[in-house]
Amino acid sequence: MSGTWEMVVGLEVHCELLTATKLFCGCPNAFGAEPNTNICPVCLGLPGSLPVLNEQAVELAMRIGTALHCEVRPSGFHRKNYFYPDMPKDFQISQYDAPINVGGWLELPDGSRVGVTRAHLEEDTGKTTHVGEGGRIHSAAHSLVDYNRSGVPLVEIVSEPDMRSSAQARAYAAELRAVLVATGASDGRMEEGSMRVDANVSVRPEAGAPFGTRCEIKNLNSLRSVARAIDYEAARQIALLEAGGKVDQETRHWDEQAGRTITLRSKEEAYDYRYFPEPDLVPLAPSDEWRQRVAGSLPALPAERRARLLGLLGEDATAAQSDQVLAVVDQGLDELVADAAERGAPVPLALARVANDVATDTDAGRRLDAGSLAALLAMESKGLLSVAQVREVLVDLLAAGGGDPEAIARDKGFEALSDDSLADVVRQVVEANPDEWARYCGGEDKLTGFFTGQVMKATGGKANGRAVAEELGRLRG
Amino acid sequence: MSPGGAAALAAAVRSGERSARSVVEEALQNVGATDAEVHAFVHVMGDEALKEADAVDAAVAAGRDPGPLAGVPVALKDNLCVRGVPTTCSSRILEGWRPPYDATVVERLRAAGAVAVGKTNMDEFAMGSSTENSSTGPTRNPADLSRVPGGSSGGSAAAVAAGMAPLALGSDTGGSIRQPAALCGVVGMKPTYGAVSRYGLVAFASSLDQIGPFGATVADAALLYDAVCGHDPCDSTSLSEVPRGSGGLDQGVEGLRVGFCTDLVDGASDDVVRRVREAANALAGAGAKVEEVAVPELRFGLSAYYLIAPAEASSNLARYDGVRYGLRVGAADVTAMNTATRTAGFGDEVKRRIMLGTYALSAGYYDAYYGQAQRVRTVVIEAFARAYAHFDVLLGATTPTTAFPIGERVDDPMAMYASDLFTVCSNLAGHPAVSVPFGTGDDGLPVGVQVLAPALGEELLFRVAAAVETGAP
Repeated sequence: MSGTWEMVVGLEVHCELLTATKLFCGCPNAFGAEPNTNICPVCLGLPGSLPVLNEQAVELAMRIGTALHCEVRPSGFHRKNYFYPDMPKDFQISQYDAPINVGGWLELPDGSRVGVTRAHLEEDTGKTTHVGEGGRIHSAAHSLVDYNRSGVPLVEIVSEPDMRSSAQARAYAAELRAVLVATGASDGRMEEGSMRVDANVSVRPEAGAPFGTRCEIKNLNSLRSVARAIDYEAARQIALLEAGGKVDQETRHWDEQAGRTITLRSKEEAYDYRYFPEPDLVPLAPSDEWRQRVAGSLPALPAERRARLLGLLGEDATAAQSDQVLAVVDQGLDELVADAAERGAPVPLALARVANDVATDTDAGRRLDAGSLAALLAMESKGLLSVAQVREVLVDLLAAGGGDPEAIARDKGFEALSDDSLADVVRQVVEANPDEWARYCGGEDKLTGFFTGQVMKATGGKANGRAVAEELGRLRG
Repeated sequence: MSPGGAAALAAAVRSGERSARSVVEEALQNVGATDAEVHAFVHVMGDEALKEADAVDAAVAAGRDPGPLAGVPVALKDNLCVRGVPTTCSSRILEGWRPPYDATVVERLRAAGAVAVGKTNMDEFAMGSSTENSSTGPTRNPADLSRVPGGSSGGSAAAVAAGMAPLALGSDTGGSIRQPAALCGVVGMKPTYGAVSRYGLVAFASSLDQIGPFGATVADAALLYDAVCGHDPCDSTSLSEVPRGSGGLDQGVEGLRVGFCTDLVDGASDDVVRRVREAANALAGAGAKVEEVAVPELRFGLSAYYLIAPAEASSNLARYDGVRYGLRVGAADVTAMNTATRTAGFGDEVKRRIMLGTYALSAGYYDAYYGQAQRVRTVVIEAFARAYAHFDVLLGATTPTTAFPIGERVDDPMAMYASDLFTVCSNLAGHPAVSVPFGTGDDGLPVGVQVLAPALGEELLFRVAAAVETGAP
């Protein structure tokens, strides 16, 4: 961005809920089935069919709202009326002036807070595939509609326009995804469309100036495109304004290949949705007891889990360690680190091994027995195994979900010397080389290498260099 | 069709005295003989009906009880879904559509042993008061074939009036059961909103629609109501506890407080008003305490109704877009196809109401129209509540006039809408009401007297209706 321009960003995130069935009928809520197999009169909007609200969807929406520090309120459903072939009733059942969750916030890893205006329930539409040139509706020869997704429960999370950079917007989307996954409400898979992001972007000449005219950017299918599209759009608006033009309020489409946004609908073409209360549903008023039960059943959220690991590391955690904490929490491996630490593994070592080595297979990592990992890390920290050996043993532990690292090391022929026998060998080497020992005791530290070489020779290479150095230091006193 | 009505017919079938097949065959013969003139039916379910009748007879032969409506033929308004049977709402736009599922009321009828014999004509999507707005042409009033049967459930009313079916189901959004019942000289009742499941009823105005019974007598209508009412988990607006209706039919009206509602006769023709007064006198003669009561707020009902119903309809009817079922008129792109399909598929009255409703919900107009209408609705509910603090039931006319000639009001929507003057408020409030035949007007055509009760007052309603019936000339 040139000059003092500041971008202002708010995100609207649609999240498909991990319910067993759809929002208003008993059809399975499943991704990837044969087209038009998970359908019934209700989600096809057949004449005479009526919606019945899915309680599990309400509970997941309440979990999201509670995790985002929203007020969970009595609410109701409205109809949002517009014509579209993949919307079988030609209206969407959504929440309008009485959403279930209002007024919360999300704290990002850098400590900044983004306001959450609302998080409301609504039904998803079907999915249209345009066959023919261009893959867009206007140029298609014909279109195919799959109604499997029709009626899948969504929560739309609307942020305040609190973000000031594409990096912050990306961090918000990432953090929100982590919260959605942690609450069990969503699998957060952007590539499968279970989390979809729209960005409202405007620019202003400087911080504190009135907001500029915003554009809504659709079709952001990855965290990377969120950041790229916002940067492109802000630059486009700045260039327009600097050239003396003005920004038109419109809905724009992000073209990932071309790396640019293009006009989808101008303000004049915007729909009048003619919202009115959905007469086929009754008001939704979760009881206090229900709300308390939801609040009490929430797991620790990412921010809390990061704070826990950082607390274990103490005051002098490095930037690299903070990044490792962010990564292991994101991968759901933080509990493994904490549990291993609780069983005696040094925290920095546990964090490094999990972030660098366990993270290569996060699914296996989440299944790994923390006691086995702690035992392995204890061997490493005592110098009983080399780093390469630790990694090999870890591969076996991950494959089996745990095990006895000593036995695995022995089977692999890694049987390093026990503490006692290493000490014996070191003593023998010292006694056999009295001159060198005297010089070493006189301060010639470089002789560590000499002694280590002798010990390695005597043990056939099984000794751990660090452990030898420690033993020498101990003998020198 | 049978002395003693539907209950006696069912009793004969249950005891094995008559076969369900013979009952259904007789009904189908009556349809064959009469319906060419009346055009009550848009689809006769001959084969299906005989098959169902045989199933009832098999149950009787096997010693099982087929239910309280064993073998009784029932006609169904064409906005009730029956699996595999054409359901068009008398609209071109649903041509060829066969629902893949049964409405809850259809399942309940079958469980009670009743046999559906056909789908009846109606005003398109239940919008109308004369059954002239039908893609298959008008139904004629069996009492005078040059007259309308009322509407929108005119086919169901005419089927019962002409003896083609002893019972019929209709739907009532602003009077669409009671008004044709009055004009055809049969009993027609609109239940409390939520007493009968709407699942499988093709929606017109969701917050007002309610399925209800037609019968030749109050007892028959109550019997049919009892068979279809009750909670349904498929309808979120269905009430959890729904009392039956027929429990008090023979208990009389001794001591009941009946309000003769002047605002429910004001504007009716003199002969109709005279009949309502006679009905009031009959109730007084049977021991009820009858007093006049004014509920002037009810006069606002019609205007509110004609905003709320079209608003909801504009949304409910959006789905008929040519994409998934029914009529499709091809065009260059999707939007043009939607437009061409809807232009060709909907009749004038439906288009008029879609436009009215779309306008009433539009940005900038919502509050002045839809919002205001909902406030009027609250006023009507409160006015009823004040009246019911002093009265058990209210009495009035069902319609301002007797049946009018076919064609008389087709070009005058406002005159047509006025037919609903006395009936819409029960829909706005969600209360039950029934029309009971009470003699004829000066023209010799049937007059209906309307009894209104508070929510879930069905037993009381039928009890008073039975007394009106007893007192009828």
